[in-house]
Amino acid sequence: MSIFEQWWLPIAELVENRQPLNFFQNLYKEIYMNAIKDDRWLLYLDGLWVTLKVSFFAILAGTLLGTVLAVLRLPSVTDYRYRGNHPLKKLGFGVLRFFCWFAKFYIDLIRGTPLLLQVLIINFGVFGSIRIDKVIIGVIACALNSAAYVAEIVRGGIMSVDPGQTEAGRSLGFSGLATMLWIVLPQAAKSALPSLCNEFIALIKETSILSYIALTELTKAGDYIRSRTYSAFTPYIISGMLYLLLTLILTTLIRKLERRLRASDH
Amino acid sequence: MTTEKNEVLISVRGLEKHFKGGELKALRGVDADICRGEVVVVIGPSGSGKSTFLRCLNLLEQPTAGTISLAGVDITDPTVDINLHRQKMGMVFQHFNLFPHMTVLRNMTIAPIKLLKKSREEAEAKARSLLERVNLEDREDAYPSQLSGGQKQRIAIVRALCMEPEVMLFDEPTSALDPEMVGEVLDVMKELALSGMTMICVTHEMGFAREVADRVLFMDEGKIVEEGTPEEIFSSQKEQRTKDFLNKVL
Ligand SMILES: Nc1ncnc2c1ncn2[C@@H]1O[C@H](COP(=O)(O)OP(=O)(O)OP(=O)(O)O)[C@@H](O)[C@H]1O
Ligand SMILES: [Mg+2]
Repeated sequence: MSIFEQWWLPIAELVENRQPLNFFQNLYKEIYMNAIKDDRWLLYLDGLWVTLKVSFFAILAGTLLGTVLAVLRLPSVTDYRYRGNHPLKKLGFGVLRFFCWFAKFYIDLIRGTPLLLQVLIINFGVFGSIRIDKVIIGVIACALNSAAYVAEIVRGGIMSVDPGQTEAGRSLGFSGLATMLWIVLPQAAKSALPSLCNEFIALIKETSILSYIALTELTKAGDYIRSRTYSAFTPYIISGMLYLLLTLILTTLIRKLERRLRASDH
Repeated sequence: MTTEKNEVLISVRGLEKHFKGGELKALRGVDADICRGEVVVVIGPSGSGKSTFLRCLNLLEQPTAGTISLAGVDITDPTVDINLHRQKMGMVFQHFNLFPHMTVLRNMTIAPIKLLKKSREEAEAKARSLLERVNLEDREDAYPSQLSGGQKQRIAIVRALCMEPEVMLFDEPTSALDPEMVGEVLDVMKELALSGMTMICVTHEMGFAREVADRVLFMDEGKIVEEGTPEEIFSSQKEQRTKDFLNKVL
């Protein structure tokens, strides 16, 4: 018998005899019922693991896709900032115009509709007839959603980089894309990082919506335990603390990165 | 100067550049030949199209009409790979445009490594020898924000030289500098001219033009109004507009 079970025994007896519990006994009862009994803590850990997986891959894919969208959505080829040196000029004017239009359309569409609807459409509409891991559906839905926000953040970052940087890159012989990749984007990332951090935190929290499609992530795990124990607070609070843990770790990592990038300005 | 001087390196014919849909004609038919090893200084009033001319040479501005050939290849032809040709034309900007997120050494080596496929060691060795040439060998680990204006511009010059260009284009390289730093940059440019580099410089430094230029082009209203040796331009101009301009600046 574990130490937790031993601590539980006297309280269990009080409960059995309908004796009143003091504050600490009550607290321990909540923790015992919602986390220890039947190894329920494993459910939170499973949920945490799912949330972590979905968030990680959605942030990764969303950032990549968002960056691509941001580049596609740059001012048109004739814009004064690029003076005929648009990074994707090779594709031709017509194609670029279409991409730009598409990127704007996509961003407006995604930002203008609820994430929950997007998740439901992807789950029941797009993958309705295909058996596929819910984690993958969650990653796809969250990444597609986050990309729209990331695109606008990264675009702001790109626009804040001095056009002279692009000119210097091009004058050395870098192609438009290489200039974007090696010279403009690293500088854009630096100024966009605080806003990106916001977006990533929002994404982690919004994965809780995936409980709607029966993905047992952190929120769903808490909810499931509530349905067994009828404790209205404790399971949610435990889930909440685990979200907080995730977002605090992320914030710390990004602050570290910011500090490293600041090494170049003294 | 040691290099043979009669081989034409850059040949410009009928170059025009219009902005705002043709409303603003920054260049109205420029013809010029620049020989290998020649140092050409471009002067002229503000808005006369000097920068536009220079930026057209490496196609940072897309010319509206006319041709530019570099060593016999017409680079305005849309089928040529302009990125390859830009490698042969170093450019130095008024505002330095160093990459602020890279150290001095990385600024100088990124292009040779990624574009000329040089090894890191080779690129760094070349960069260090150039840094020594401009007396900045102790600054290779600094970031641009830690340098003075004059140091930045010297780094910008050697960054371009790391690509081993055939011609160097300078657009008012000393205009953004505090007066006490102009000299150190001009010295580097003089030394470069003496080493036989082909140079096209837009500058307001008439002293530099007089001393170093093989030829001076005077531009006004999008055209080359007069050209000649520094002697001819500064002492015996033929055009009234040249006279007026020089009276104002000298
Ligand atoms: N990207 C642009 N869009 C619109 N007009 C432009 C652009 N670049 C230059 N111009 C215009 O073209 C004309 C020539 O400009 P340019 O910069 O070549 O002059 P400049 O001789 O270099 O002048 P300065 O000595 O002030 O640098 C000016 O009237 C300028 O306003
Ligand atoms: Mg100019």
